[in-house]
Amino acid sequence: MPAEGLLAASWLLIALPLAGAAVLLLGGRRTDRWGHLLGTATVVAAFVLAVACTVQLAGLAERSADVELFTFIATGDLDVTAGLLFDPLSALFALLITGVGSLIHVYSIGYMAHDPARRRFFAYLNLFVAAMLLLVLGNSFVALYVGWEGVGLASYLLIAFWYTRPAAATAAKKAFIMNRVGDVGLALAIFIMFAQLGTTSYAGVFGSIGTLAGGTITAIGLLLLLGACGKSGQFPLQAWLPDAMEGPTPVSALIHAATMVTAGVYLIARSAPIYDLTETARTVVLAIGALTLLIGAIAGCAYDDIKKVLAYSTVSQIGYMFLAVGLGPAGYVAGLAHLLAHGFFKAGLFLGAGSVMHAMNDSVDMRRFGALWKKLPVTFGTFGLGYLALIGFPFLSGYFTKDAIIEVALDRDDVWGWVLGGIAVIGAGLTAFYMTRLMLMTFFGRARWEDGVHPHEAPSVMTAPMIVLALGSVFAGALLVAVFPLSGWLEPVFGEPEEAAHVVAPAVIGLVVTVVMAFGVLAAWLFVGRREVPVTAPVRVSPVTRAARHALYADAVNESLFMRPGQWLTRALVWVDNRGVDGAVNGLAAGLGGSSARLGRAQNGFVRTYALGMLGGAVVVAGALLAVTGG
Amino acid sequence: MTPETAGVVIGTGEAVVFWVLGPLALAGALGMVLSRNAVHSALWLVLTMLSLGAFYVVQEAPFLGVVQVIVYTGAIMILFLFVLMLVGRDSSDSVVETLRGQRIAALLLGAGFAALVGAGIARATQDLPVAGLEAVQGGVGGPASGNVEAIAGLLYTRYLLAFEVTGALLIVAAVGALLLTHVEREPGSRQTQKEMSRARFLTGRPQTFPGPGVHARATSVAAPALLPDGSLAEDSFATGIEPEQVEQMPRPAGREQLGSPDAALGSLDPTLSDTPGGRTGGEHR
Amino acid sequence: MTLSYYLVLAAMLFTIGAVGVLVRRNAIVVFMCIELMLNAVNLTLITFARSTGTVDGQIIALFVMVVAAAEVVVGLAIIMSIYRTRRSASVDDANLLKY
Repeated sequence: MPAEGLLAASWLLIALPLAGAAVLLLGGRRTDRWGHLLGTATVVAAFVLAVACTVQLAGLAERSADVELFTFIATGDLDVTAGLLFDPLSALFALLITGVGSLIHVYSIGYMAHDPARRRFFAYLNLFVAAMLLLVLGNSFVALYVGWEGVGLASYLLIAFWYTRPAAATAAKKAFIMNRVGDVGLALAIFIMFAQLGTTSYAGVFGSIGTLAGGTITAIGLLLLLGACGKSGQFPLQAWLPDAMEGPTPVSALIHAATMVTAGVYLIARSAPIYDLTETARTVVLAIGALTLLIGAIAGCAYDDIKKVLAYSTVSQIGYMFLAVGLGPAGYVAGLAHLLAHGFFKAGLFLGAGSVMHAMNDSVDMRRFGALWKKLPVTFGTFGLGYLALIGFPFLSGYFTKDAIIEVALDRDDVWGWVLGGIAVIGAGLTAFYMTRLMLMTFFGRARWEDGVHPHEAPSVMTAPMIVLALGSVFAGALLVAVFPLSGWLEPVFGEPEEAAHVVAPAVIGLVVTVVMAFGVLAAWLFVGRREVPVTAPVRVSPVTRAARHALYADAVNESLFMRPGQWLTRALVWVDNRGVDGAVNGLAAGLGGSSARLGRAQNGFVRTYALGMLGGAVVVAGALLAVTGG
Repeated sequence: MTPETAGVVIGTGEAVVFWVLGPLALAGALGMVLSRNAVHSALWLVLTMLSLGAFYVVQEAPFLGVVQVIVYTGAIMILFLFVLMLVGRDSSDSVVETLRGQRIAALLLGAGFAALVGAGIARATQDLPVAGLEAVQGGVGGPASGNVEAIAGLLYTRYLLAFEVTGALLIVAAVGALLLTHVEREPGSRQTQKEMSRARFLTGRPQTFPGPGVHARATSVAAPALLPDGSLAEDSFATGIEPEQVEQMPRPAGREQLGSPDAALGSLDPTLSDTPGGRTGGEHR
Repeated sequence: MTLSYYLVLAAMLFTIGAVGVLVRRNAIVVFMCIELMLNAVNLTLITFARSTGTVDGQIIALFVMVVAAAEVVVGLAIIMSIYRTRRSASVDDANLLKY
């Protein structure tokens, strides 16, 4: 139904950060002094507006509001109206984006205080928030695509924020290119929708998707999944996400942990009516989720770079979400709940990691940390709470949301349900292992600091957001699963949740997961906590460790499967172009040039030679005349 | 050519004229092409043109015959000769052909052309009727209206426009020739004889420069010329070379007689005796 | 004896003139050869005028003479001006118009 009241102004959600970005980018140096404050203020205002909109939405009977803005593309049969759709799903994301975004903006004020380009940083962050909000609030796949590319651009700009560092520039390029691979899938899916259905709006597509052939629906589903994989760092496009940690830490927290990388989950959840019709695509989603979950967790166990461990943890956790949304209606809610909880604790963990780096002169090597809990008590506290939430410590966020996913998996009540559930449980154990390892190496043990490092607690402008996020980590799960069931809020989107007969009682699952988690923690203590951590990584390690250190050779596989053949193909094509095409063209040109040069010799400039030619012509004409008339 | 035969048959008189003047015309043409000297070419061409003029007269076109003689041989050929004298004969008249194959190709093509056109004309005009011009202009001693009147009648009626255009062409050609040959000079830049003479006497050397070889005593450039008083002519010093006194003149033995030019040269040598006969004569004594 | 004798003579003169244009290098002689060719044409015109019994051919011959006079005037002027700059009246020396 058309939006009224405050909801009609929901376009301001996007316009505010966008205006902030425009002012900061166009204003130039004269906004340096107050640019960060403006950037933060726009996002906070957007958050307040989002809360108000959500409250109003909760009061509506239909709980969905369309905001028509303007005609975006009107050509022939294609008529794309730019409009917003404010429904429970987009409201959730809007709250997450603006909420976590506000906290991270506040944190960034402190974190980037000494960076000369702080204004530019806030401009890009605002740009990102605007694009992300457009992504989740748009009422058509085209609007989503615009936002999708917008966040890709913002992500590129922010990863390469310190563009003078070759590593950052390369990582940004890598992220951008791998995202392009996914974006091609998304674009193709939208093309198919338009070609087959003549519309790209959610309402239009979902209303008539049933009329399509099964193969077409599967194709759309798989192409959308490709887009989601690219944006969310899922297998086989996961390799860019850890490298994206070259960007400033608040960027890692906001874009590469809490919001942008969950856009893939949003896309699949939003396209639920499509996936409901195609079992094949859904199965692929499940497979990718389970595989990525394990890859991320295994790789996370081996890295010494604190941000990369968290990045692989993100990959793994988004694998959980994909697994959940692949499981069908019940899974959507579980996946989104995990997404929200993850948004809190992973953002908190990244901010904590940023605080640690801040204290350790921007070092990220955990082998040079240790014994920081005394020096950084606030960071230690908030980080610890995020850690407990992530590994699924009983009654913290992760415990509820992750268990819900495992429950849904087991509720399939077939072999695959048990396999997926088992993978999820193993993943929980691995998560506990690598996070405990991270905690032990960072905050406990002997101090292995480099010379001249004097750890100190971050200023309160940085710690305050961490504390808020830590509180969110603790309570979000319980709130979303138990107190305010998310399933009820999302009912207009995904329909009435059917009360499945639980194969295994939730309590049993909780117990099993907790035990596995405890094993993971114990293993980490045995491997890391009990012994002295060497300052340099050991070289003689088992093949498993070596594989994990190379992120299961994802880059090598990409390189050998795609990059090298691509290079060979390019070289072959260049060769064909140079020798074949150019050769033919140049040969023709050279032939013409040579023959004309030879013919040009006839033009020797001597009048008498030309006169000879004239006489020859006269002879020929006379001969012809005689032959014709006299013969 | 008699009045009765005009119009149908060509008389013997005309045949005689043809067979006498025709070869002359051909000879003139060939002579023009083959002469190395351009002036000879022009004279050969005059011969051909005069022959043609005679042909015109014989062919009942006396006006054109006269024009041919006056305009062509009189005016145009004189113009040719005039330009020839102005330009002078130059080395381009050498008989060596510089373009490879040009001469042979020209001869072959010329022969081919002559054969084709000649044969074609001969065959096509074998029985060309001779209507004669008596009807329109009257023969010799015929009706009062003659050749000139006939031409004038047509020229000032049917060909009036062409005639006027031709007049314009002539004017344009005359102006064009003026333009092409005119050399613009700054007003006053041309020195008068008086001015040149004065300028020359204001220099330190009013007399003429020694002509080449006049007083030279050797062929080497290192040997400077001598002035009539026996001193070295500084004007004849070669640049970059130290002037060298020639000790002895090479001179043939058979020419040392008194009064010969060599004897006069010998008397110029101040170190030897002033006896007529020179140095060698002194040695005999 | 028929009129074709004149015509064949004219053809021969014309050919000699053409060959002369081709083999002579002195621009003035080349001009003379062109004059010879024009004269050969005039002879043809006058012969045909006699053959057809009209004076039109003679008038055209007159025009040819006038045009030839104009051409000679301009042509010799051109030769003069070329000679002034190049010190040569050879047609082979004016060969700048080439590849």
